[in-house]
Amino acid sequence: MNFAFYLISGLAVAGALAAVLLKNTVHCALALTVAFAGIALLFLKLGAQFAGFAQILVYIGAVAILVVFAILLTRGSETPKDGVYSKFPLTGLAIAAAVFAVLGWAVLNSASALPGAANPSAAAPTVTVMDIGNALMSRYVLPLEIVALLLTAALIGAVIVAMHEKEEAK
Amino acid sequence: MIDKLDQVFVLLTHWVVGFLPAFLQPVAIVVIAVAAILVTFPGLFAICVLLERKGLGRMQNRLGPNRVGPFGLLQPVADGLKSLTKEDLVPLSADAAVHFLAPVFLVVVVFMGYAVLPVGRHMTLVNMDAGLLFYFAMGASTELSVFMAGWSSRNKYSLLGAMRAVAQMISYEVPLLMSSVAVVMITGSLSLNRIVEAQNQYTWGLPHWYIFTPWGFAGFVMFATAATAETNRSPFDLPEGESELVAGYFTEYSGFKFAEFFLGEYVGMLSISGLGATLFLGGWSAPLAVLGWVPSWIWFFGKVMLSMCVFIWLRGTLPRLRQDQLMNFAWKFVLPFTMLNLFVAAAWRFMGDGWERWVVCSVVLVIAYVVMARVGMRRKHFGPRSYRYAE
Repeated sequence: MNFAFYLISGLAVAGALAAVLLKNTVHCALALTVAFAGIALLFLKLGAQFAGFAQILVYIGAVAILVVFAILLTRGSETPKDGVYSKFPLTGLAIAAAVFAVLGWAVLNSASALPGAANPSAAAPTVTVMDIGNALMSRYVLPLEIVALLLTAALIGAVIVAMHEKEEAK
Repeated sequence: MIDKLDQVFVLLTHWVVGFLPAFLQPVAIVVIAVAAILVTFPGLFAICVLLERKGLGRMQNRLGPNRVGPFGLLQPVADGLKSLTKEDLVPLSADAAVHFLAPVFLVVVVFMGYAVLPVGRHMTLVNMDAGLLFYFAMGASTELSVFMAGWSSRNKYSLLGAMRAVAQMISYEVPLLMSSVAVVMITGSLSLNRIVEAQNQYTWGLPHWYIFTPWGFAGFVMFATAATAETNRSPFDLPEGESELVAGYFTEYSGFKFAEFFLGEYVGMLSISGLGATLFLGGWSAPLAVLGWVPSWIWFFGKVMLSMCVFIWLRGTLPRLRQDQLMNFAWKFVLPFTMLNLFVAAAWRFMGDGWERWVVCSVVLVIAYVVMARVGMRRKHFGPRSYRYAE
């Protein structure tokens, strides 16, 4: 917990807050990108190179672009007349708190399952990209294949949705 | 002597740093290396622009710039001074903050990619375990800058240009990554230094560059295609198609911000050329074992400049693609072919050292190429041009 940590976390939190509070939807999406970048930097600071770069590659390179595209192609970036704030702030707050609680519970419980849990004084193990690859191809190969199948199904579904209707069908 | 010449920049850095107190030395080494990158590549950018204008002039039967300095050699200086002194215009309805950030973000991200490129023996700024991943993470971030520029200008041409650019860059990023994955599979490492070292070996005086293997050649061709599209170069320069979109996503930029986009484009080309050279052309290693005495950085920069010349040559030769041709080519030809190439690379890896793997891999790739090209061309009808809307 040093200066760099506070700087990076400040960046991530500020980005996330701006994503919620800004009026213009495209600005919100760009602010969300800042939050993604902050999280990537946190991963890098923890020595998780693969997670950090994958975060940048996937979230900033693809997800953020898709979000702004979706905004542009659907509603436009104009602020709606009745404001951007929700009419049911308490419901939203409750849902956010519930999600946060589940995530926090999972994180706190997973601490005991880590390899270094028995010996907390030992330094964190350095995990290289090769280790991650080996783990994905041996121990976690079934989840990997299931995710791949799911993504393929989603891809085919998207293509079918986007496909032109046949001429006869008109 | 020869070793000294090879390491001249490293030795020079250490000599300069030697004058500083010990606690400043690690910082000073990094600062000097970063400054060298920030000076060298914009310098090459100036040379490339001159080369491009002169070369295109030759190809189009004209002289090119010849007024500033001897043979027009000082033209880049004049261009730079002009863009520095021009008025910086921001449209009234533009989103000023995003409009300002877009070119800055682009230049920063493009230069970040150089951090992992090995420009010579022991000449990598950061020798990262996941160097290739870092490079692609930075490359993917340029799309955001393009979008920011196009959206914040509040101009229909800018926005259309940005949409085209982003769609194109996302489509071609997949084959770009997939063709590099084959190299990673064979080398067994994401570190660019390791990839160069794996290619820096010689049999009968000939190098073990990946381009001289069947999968490497196919991968290099696909990589070069995707890299051309990724840098928005002709024949994939629809995002800035002058005849349709004025200048695409940077229509509303003037003065130095325009120069920043220009710089970002060329420095991005130099950087992706460097990556291509590192992955397939052996990086800084010499093309023949007997030429090993030539300093390694000369080979790296020679390869980069050679591929820049190919970029310029392509621009002078090929007409621009249409949007549907661009997308069909990416998703129906380049992507399946790079995927097949992954399997071929895996077969190459597990077939051992015999001659059989050369035959099997080459035959599979050639058959796939011919079949895919034939099937792709079958549905095309070549005849007089037909217009749907402009009749």
